Amino acid sequence: MIDTAPDLERLRGGAPPRNHDARTIAALTSNPGCARRGVLDAAGVDKDAVARELGFPAPFGQSQFAITRGNAFEAQVKADGGAELLALLRDHLGLDVPEVAYDDLEVVAGDEGRELRHSRTRRLIARALETGAGTLFDHPLLRLEIAGSPAYLEPDVIAFQLAGRLHVIEIKSFAVVDGQAEPEQVAAAARQAAVYVLALRRLVAELGHDPERVSHEVILVCPENFSNRPTATPIDVRPQLAVLGRQLARLTRVDELLAELPDDLTFEPGATLAASVRTVKARYAPECISGCEMALFCRDEARACGETGALGRSVRDDLGGIDTIGTALALADGSLAPSDDLAETAEQLRAASRLRAEALRGGV
Amino acid sequence: MTEHVNRRPAPVGSADGQDPAREATRAVENVLADLGGGHRGVVVDSPPGAGKSTLVVRAAAHLAAAGERLMIVAQTNEQVDDLIDRIAGRHPAITLGRLSASGYVASERVLAHPAVRVAQKADDLAEHTIVIATAAKWATLADGSWPWAIVDEAYQMRSDMLLRIAGRFERALFVGDPGQLDPFSTVEVERWAGLTWDPMRSAVSVLLAHNPDLPVHRLPVSWRLPASAAPVVSDAFYPFTGFRAGTGHDDRRLEFQAGGMGTTYDRAVDEAAATGWALYELPARHTLRTDAEAVRATAALAVRLLQRGPVAHSEHGTNPVDASRVAIGAAHRDQVTAIRAALGPHGNGITVDTANRLQGREYDVTVVLHPLSGRRDATAFHLESGRLCVLTSRHRHACVVVARAGIPELLDAHPSAEPVHLGVPVKFPDGWEANQSVLAHLARHRVPGEGSSPG
Amino acid sequence: MSALSSLARLEAAAAGVAQPLATVRHCHVSDRPLVLVPLKLAGEAAAPLAVMVGGEPDDPTTLIVPQPRNRDLRFAFASALAKIVLNHIEAGRGAVEELPPGKDGEERIRYGDAPQLLVPNLGGVAFLRLLGRSTRFRSTEGPYAVDAAVPVFGRWLTWFADRHDHPGSSLMGAMTQLLRLHWATGQSSLEDGNLAALLGWIDPPDGLDGPAAAARAEDPVVSPPAGPATDPTFDNEVLAPAIAAYDRSGPGSAAEERLRAALTSQLAPTWDLMWRAVGLLRALPEGASVRGRWERDRDAFTYYHQTFGEAYPQPRRDPPVRAARRLHDLERAQDAYDAQRAFDDPLVMAEHRLAGQAFGGVVTDCDPTRLDETGKRPKLRPHLRVSTADPVRLDVGTTVCSAARPALKGRIVELGDGGVLLELTGGMGRKLTPEPGAVPRVGDRVCFTSLTDGSFGAAKFPDRENTPWTHGGPPEEYAPTEDDADEDWS
Repeated sequence: MIDTAPDLERLRGGAPPRNHDARTIAALTSNPGCARRGVLDAAGVDKDAVARELGFPAPFGQSQFAITRGNAFEAQVKADGGAELLALLRDHLGLDVPEVAYDDLEVVAGDEGRELRHSRTRRLIARALETGAGTLFDHPLLRLEIAGSPAYLEPDVIAFQLAGRLHVIEIKSFAVVDGQAEPEQVAAAARQAAVYVLALRRLVAELGHDPERVSHEVILVCPENFSNRPTATPIDVRPQLAVLGRQLARLTRVDELLAELPDDLTFEPGATLAASVRTVKARYAPECISGCEMALFCRDEARACGETGALGRSVRDDLGGIDTIGTALALADGSLAPSDDLAETAEQLRAASRLRAEALRGGV
Repeated sequence: MTEHVNRRPAPVGSADGQDPAREATRAVENVLADLGGGHRGVVVDSPPGAGKSTLVVRAAAHLAAAGERLMIVAQTNEQVDDLIDRIAGRHPAITLGRLSASGYVASERVLAHPAVRVAQKADDLAEHTIVIATAAKWATLADGSWPWAIVDEAYQMRSDMLLRIAGRFERALFVGDPGQLDPFSTVEVERWAGLTWDPMRSAVSVLLAHNPDLPVHRLPVSWRLPASAAPVVSDAFYPFTGFRAGTGHDDRRLEFQAGGMGTTYDRAVDEAAATGWALYELPARHTLRTDAEAVRATAALAVRLLQRGPVAHSEHGTNPVDASRVAIGAAHRDQVTAIRAALGPHGNGITVDTANRLQGREYDVTVVLHPLSGRRDATAFHLESGRLCVLTSRHRHACVVVARAGIPELLDAHPSAEPVHLGVPVKFPDGWEANQSVLAHLARHRVPGEGSSPG
Repeated sequence: MSALSSLARLEAAAAGVAQPLATVRHCHVSDRPLVLVPLKLAGEAAAPLAVMVGGEPDDPTTLIVPQPRNRDLRFAFASALAKIVLNHIEAGRGAVEELPPGKDGEERIRYGDAPQLLVPNLGGVAFLRLLGRSTRFRSTEGPYAVDAAVPVFGRWLTWFADRHDHPGSSLMGAMTQLLRLHWATGQSSLEDGNLAALLGWIDPPDGLDGPAAAARAEDPVVSPPAGPATDPTFDNEVLAPAIAAYDRSGPGSAAEERLRAALTSQLAPTWDLMWRAVGLLRALPEGASVRGRWERDRDAFTYYHQTFGEAYPQPRRDPPVRAARRLHDLERAQDAYDAQRAFDDPLVMAEHRLAGQAFGGVVTDCDPTRLDETGKRPKLRPHLRVSTADPVRLDVGTTVCSAARPALKGRIVELGDGGVLLELTGGMGRKLTPEPGAVPRVGDRVCFTSLTDGSFGAAKFPDRENTPWTHGGPPEEYAPTEDDADEDWS
């Protein structure tokens, strides 16, 4: 692999790389075909700042009610050395949990370096793996290589060792009502938990143990029904781990993307930023709006180009290979003669156009 | 796909040099032994061509010999008639009744056994040792009870259907292929996600969720798939419960009486005859579902194959491959219609159908229009591993897959944002992984096709 | 999504205004629907914050929960909303229709009308479903007693939400869904989830085109979200301080009024959109089958209303038999609904024509008195040749019926460049010559399809107490418990 670090630094315009967290890493899997996103993420560019600079701020505000609720729920579950959590694991999942130690790996005071904190996590987890003792670890600081550079992850989760296996516990404040929760929220939680499982597995492997000692079954802790009472549900994150593994491997191939870009490209703020961003091709789909900071800029660009994909993946799919609205409509009304490879699609569009017109005219 | 594969003990070793016939026989004997073991239900997973029908016939005879009356449940009229033909042919002494709807016209296979009684009312068949019908027909009965049932293609059956017929039997043998297509519905079904009795889960899945101690057997040997295909299909679609081919590389051979003319079609069918697989690859392009070039190529490959006078040599002897032994499979109904139209008179007698309808069928050679061909984005439908599994596991000799180039790129760019429902077991294999695995194999049998390049 | 509706989206994008997807209205719109615009507190499953509700555009009632974390205030809100909704349900029944007695001679009646609830979007339906879930098990006695209307309201909300899942039902409608059934916009279906943007495309305000109206609709300051989620910036900058002020000042204070005004400002724009949308839907001519489907809705309503007193609250999750039965009902309703819409609306039928499952054209040849004399008795089997430019994808032998008159049935005999040759098999009367007007004549425009309405038969299911062992055996009878009544709602 070519050393891409200098290129990436230039792309950031000298700014420090944006920190990845489990959410941003999990988001890498949401639109892997997008070169724009791939390059920005690999370079650690602050997409939120870029979008703001471009005049398309990401609409990802969070209500303080939601934040307060989330924090309060987490604090409640972890209070008293995780007492409520342990009761939950015993009663709800029927786990035979012995008395366990509770290790909070968060810094109490001062700004201890992340490197130092990570090595403390390593040390404590190494000891736990040796002894097999039941332990709850709060705020472990994990590390994962993203496109060749380390990203530190500070999960609000707890790694929990039971019978020699480590489990990731993810605490979320969305409700589980009668055993069901919002599938999108559960999916997001599963993707994030998978990032922790992966980071923990890498750590365990580095420590010379079998990475399979980190279970693929994570434990999701959520409020039950309409109450503040926690409930625990196991989730198998093997599918998310597989996807994540693929996408991380893909990011290391960022050099292929970089090779096609101009040598002086940079995403530094300034008058040329929009042009620079446009140099890297996006693969916009409406689903981007819920997950990518750049989405509104890309949507504007896609609409300006009359891209059929801006109307949805299924719309583009119905149109066979046609990328732009203008071409599709010109084929539909017959004003454009199709090339050979579009003949079939054109025929369908003309039929659709005729049938629509006929029905709207009040024909049979 | 089913999920109980996850919690089953590791499969018995199959590459231990044991004779496949003996291994398969032992598996069947274990099943039959369990029928007398006092279990309420026995489940048998049968990968493609592993002798499921043979097992059903044997189990039926076994139960009949023990003096039990039994009902057999199949999913389609076609399957019912197949089973009647097999049972009546093999065990003419057993009294056999076919329960059918009023519109049913007995097929030749059934008429060939005049002793088989066809009736619309169960009362008319009360004295028959075996009564056989589709699940839909059984579900119309409000009473009556049989000591035993055999449920065939149980993974194809939705659990709500099982609910409707389970009152008719006391004990049951469930047989099916866990690698085939999941049951589907035309309506929103999230409401039941996570319930162990979710009506959308397969009959077997719900049965085992409520009766986790029932014995689950697995038939370990595919007698249909040749040695060139069994490992490919097993690795891609049955990662935790592998199976092997019952025949060796030298046991099957496909040859042509007529030489080729050097066209790309000839090269593809030659490659398939020589190796068991061919990927006829058209130039990359995004197309409509009914991609005319791909449709034409699919039909032409099947016709070309027949024109070459294929002869199949196998453990069954040497037999010419005629149109009835060739099938074409596709994902969508409109593709099937388009391929049928493209076949023309030279393709008379070739079966063309969707994956759904090819489930449980067997041919010598198949031609498959790849579900992802020409697409820019994949949907869950197109990625469903069961769909590709059905399409690539119907053949005894060779399978030709037609696809546009670019599927690896499509898979690479596929966004992974599948919603997750609590309490729903994870499905294996993942459609993405299965597709990747099959493609990786096909890439070794690639024959560039003729087609106009992108404009 | 089909190629036809995708084309409509392209046309809308190019024209800057929504394009029709239907020529008739496929849903019932009540003369007096109850419009509800609910808001919930962010971060909570179903903590109501406010609702604007009413049956007339100029007479909305606004209810708020000034401190949404206060359990008593929540139940007071639930009780006040319950009274409005229950009142609407009782008022919406209309006169009782006597029906011919059923098979076993039991009396059958049907209410002359039924209540219709309209919410802005699917989120609104989901929220009311959860509100129903959180209130239907409440007890009106004991330590956690609630107002008698609350559990009744919970059961009705649950019932309405369940009916919403029923294809073709109009008892509870999500406005974005109803509009999308009739119009295609030039934006994606995801963006159509925003009621203001969707209406902006369909009926842009003066001086704006669709895209401009939609862009304005996406600005939460100009156009507050249609709920139930609120705009986070509103939460942080307006709502949180207003609730804090209420907490300090208490009920009846000026702070409470300010809070109410703030929430009203978030609700009122959506309220207006809802009634504008009702007007747009009303302006469409009603599809022929809408009345019949509304009759089924009225039957369902009559049954639930009549048996309300004898029934328990709906269970938390469907037990096995109920689940299977419901799935069957939904699939059956979907099948009928799809077919009926196509028969009612040539623009919907056009989708089936494009997919090759229907074809339209002109009769070029006709033998209306042709007899099939191969059987014991001669049968009337007219031949009809239809010239069509449609991409027919039906096999020879397929049974089809006339889109204009589904009773007229036929079988495809031949397909080719000359069109489709049909042998008519039914719907022409009982004699050996067709009833006048039954067989189309040369030059008539016709459309035939393989769709059928009502092909999906009824099914038998075991009784609950006969739930088989394969499905876990009979589930326990539901009996209300203390736990239900004191379930936290915090």
